[in-house]
Amino acid sequence: MESAISANKQRSRQSGFRRFLHKLNEQKYLQAMAIPGVIWMIIFNYIPMYGIIIAFKEYDITLGFNKSPWVGLANFREFFADERFWLIIKNTVGISFFKLLVGFPLPILFAVLLNELVSVRFKRTVQTISYLPHFISWVVLGGILMNWLSETGLINIILTKIGILKQPIAFLAEPKYFWGITVVSEVWKELGWNAIIYLAAIAGIDPELYEAATVDGAGRFTKMFKITIPCISGTIAIMFILAVSGLMNSNFDQIFVLRNPLNADASDVIDIYVYRMGIEAFRFSYATAIGLFKSIIALILLLTANGVTKKLTDKSLF
Amino acid sequence: MKIKSSVGDKIFNIFNVTLMLIICFLTLYPIWYIIVYSFNEGKDAMLGGIYFWPRKFTLDNYKTVFSNSDITTAFMVTVARTVITTTLHVFFTAMVAYAFLRKELMGRKIYMAMGTITLFFGGGLIPYFLLIKSLGLYNTFWVYVIPGMFNFYNLIIFQAFFRELPIELEESAKIDGANDFIIFTRIILPLSTPVLATIALFVGVYNWNDYFMGVIFINNPKLQPIQTFLYKVIAQTTSNQMLAYAPGGIATRNVTSQSLKMATMVITTLPIVCVYPFLQKYFVKGLLIGAIKG
Repeated sequence: MESAISANKQRSRQSGFRRFLHKLNEQKYLQAMAIPGVIWMIIFNYIPMYGIIIAFKEYDITLGFNKSPWVGLANFREFFADERFWLIIKNTVGISFFKLLVGFPLPILFAVLLNELVSVRFKRTVQTISYLPHFISWVVLGGILMNWLSETGLINIILTKIGILKQPIAFLAEPKYFWGITVVSEVWKELGWNAIIYLAAIAGIDPELYEAATVDGAGRFTKMFKITIPCISGTIAIMFILAVSGLMNSNFDQIFVLRNPLNADASDVIDIYVYRMGIEAFRFSYATAIGLFKSIIALILLLTANGVTKKLTDKSLF
Repeated sequence: MKIKSSVGDKIFNIFNVTLMLIICFLTLYPIWYIIVYSFNEGKDAMLGGIYFWPRKFTLDNYKTVFSNSDITTAFMVTVARTVITTTLHVFFTAMVAYAFLRKELMGRKIYMAMGTITLFFGGGLIPYFLLIKSLGLYNTFWVYVIPGMFNFYNLIIFQAFFRELPIELEESAKIDGANDFIIFTRIILPLSTPVLATIALFVGVYNWNDYFMGVIFINNPKLQPIQTFLYKVIAQTTSNQMLAYAPGGIATRNVTSQSLKMATMVITTLPIVCVYPFLQKYFVKGLLIGAIKG
């Protein structure tokens, strides 16, 4: 009796396997298209994820990921005790916070004002021009900034001419100006680009709403604040979640170009420190631990921002 | 339905148009400035006072830059990298996106879940660096190409587009005996030019503008992209090595490291600035698909 059941099970398992093979054969082209993508992800996404274990090891390049000896949380403890720890956290969060404070509302304002332009042609031209800086690399922009912000640069010439400065300042050599430079240059680069999504959201608003409001005697500002902005609040919420979850990212490309030893006290953010410790100083395990610390905080921020926004506005990423 | 505009409206319009003009000026001026500087004699430019137009027009900066074999090699590396990686990325990512979208694909849920995780979590710089080294990609041209072939975020954008295509086309092709790969290349791809153009622009711009891979994965100057070259020139405030390449006479006369930097910046930026207005209508659409689905 029992053996009959198990034989039966085996048979059904066998036929299940055969069905699987049959199905696989049927979709061999489809699988041949899908599996290279899976393999790519395993190699370039999942092996590095596995490589995170070296944060808990003392990585030895001759022994590799697996055989290097475990050290537990020693790398993390060392980072928390690092004399630059608080400075790095302050710089990372500080730069991102000011980018959020200034860089988040401005594209919304820009989109709303752009939408109020009467001439369609002028509007299009402004839009096209405003996207342009997005396509310029940080290396080129960094080059312009270094030229303009140097002691003989354009900014100093203008500021001394109109009497704001008595002595020219080497702006990039002083930590106290660094945050401001990163915020302003990022806003310059991404203002128009970041406005695209709000412009599209505005374009999607039902024109009847405006017509009805006009009949009711609403002025331009009333319409802006009572129709346009509430109608795009969903988009604003989603963009806000994404912006907050990126708080631990302070735009590596930008800071890497603008940093120098003189402004290190303001430009050492987590990503830069990972680079300095890992690639420059070859402290692979230590740098990986710092990177992991960052990823965990970023994940917590994402989940928190998502949760809070969901509660407040009913809109969320997931 | 138009209502007569009030005085307040008029003032607002004037204010708004003025503000937009100021924004346009602030956006264009830094770019204009490097162009002007690059066409001016270097030594003369150092005296200052050049704002809107070259004072002593010259092509010497460009002649010097183009006679520098390091720059021309770096430029060619960037062109090759951008063209090859972008083409492969668009084809490969679209192919995987299409396969992952088909409902009958076995393992579909697992594949998609694997990809979704990569959107939120990664290994970070150091494990990635060690991987590239152990794969033997370090200091080869392929480090630009193979790791740049695929991106799950772009896959989502592709899928959002493919979902809108009429499914009947695939079915009728299947009845005619076409396999999935032929359906993808002959039916899906030709219908997808808007999304292909969008992703091509994103990936192309990324590859054109990236300097960091050249900094960490390449130490052979013959393989470094132009952005990395420019980064090195800018970061080491002395770019006199560039001057050393200048053909006799020009350098001593009026080319400076500053004016050479400016000319290199213009050359580096020009190709993209020329391309993007034509692709504008595509990328606006593509960005929206990405933002809504992502």
